[in-house]
Amino acid sequence: MTIVREIDVIPFRNRLKEIAIKIGMSLVNQTKIITAASELARNMLKYANGGNVTIEVVSKGRENGVRLVFVDEGPGIKDISLAMKDGYSTGKSLGLGLPGTKRLVSEFQIESEVGKGTKVTVTKWKNG
Amino acid sequence: MEKIPILRMGDLLLVTIQVDLYDRLAETLESDLVLMIKKTGAQGVLIDISAVSIIDSFMGRIIGNIATMSKIMDAETVVVGMQPAVAITLVELGLPLNGVLSALNVERGMELLKGKIALKGASFEDDEDGYPE
Repeated sequence: MTIVREIDVIPFRNRLKEIAIKIGMSLVNQTKIITAASELARNMLKYANGGNVTIEVVSKGRENGVRLVFVDEGPGIKDISLAMKDGYSTGKSLGLGLPGTKRLVSEFQIESEVGKGTKVTVTKWKNG
Repeated sequence: MEKIPILRMGDLLLVTIQVDLYDRLAETLESDLVLMIKKTGAQGVLIDISAVSIIDSFMGRIIGNIATMSKIMDAETVVVGMQPAVAITLVELGLPLNGVLSALNVERGMELLKGKIALKGASFEDDEDGYPE
């Protein structure tokens, strides 16, 4: 799904919710992954003027989960470890976005190249 | 543009958020509420979020802002009806909404607000005659 305007986040959240319900994810975990997705979508809009996100159902053994891949062609992140620190922000936000998001998901991966863009992959297991 | 209605009930303002929040909508609510407090001289604001299934850092910050701004405008804010999953998520995200009064439901929220407002009135009277009762 393409996210280029703030309003695009709503159908994306709804789609994600449908999928999470379909695989039987608990309400708390649904809320966590949707909140994490909302944070990442905002980052993409704010720093890269939007980008693309894919939602897929993944499984590991008997465990199902949802994986989200956010890809943008924005300015990239210079210092990822700094961006992952609680309370750090280059914008005017609280700096909770990336570290907070990481706490809400089961797996979190970020790759970024200055001038090229950023790719964030998050996975939330049904029971994780 | 979509807007969240603000109802006036005596010296309270009542906001029931029935739609999914997004940034612009939350920002509009913030400025509308502050203007309404000024216009009506409201002493309390009750925000019902029982229908809100997602609050992320931005929306959480707006809720905190509303509480702080109302305070400066001499009004108390109570947030009611937060869903358990939302509360769990907010704390894990790192946004415990310190400084925001909350209540389990609208009824308790109303009581809390009325108590706060009555207390304010009482301490005001004490100041005037100098003899606390």
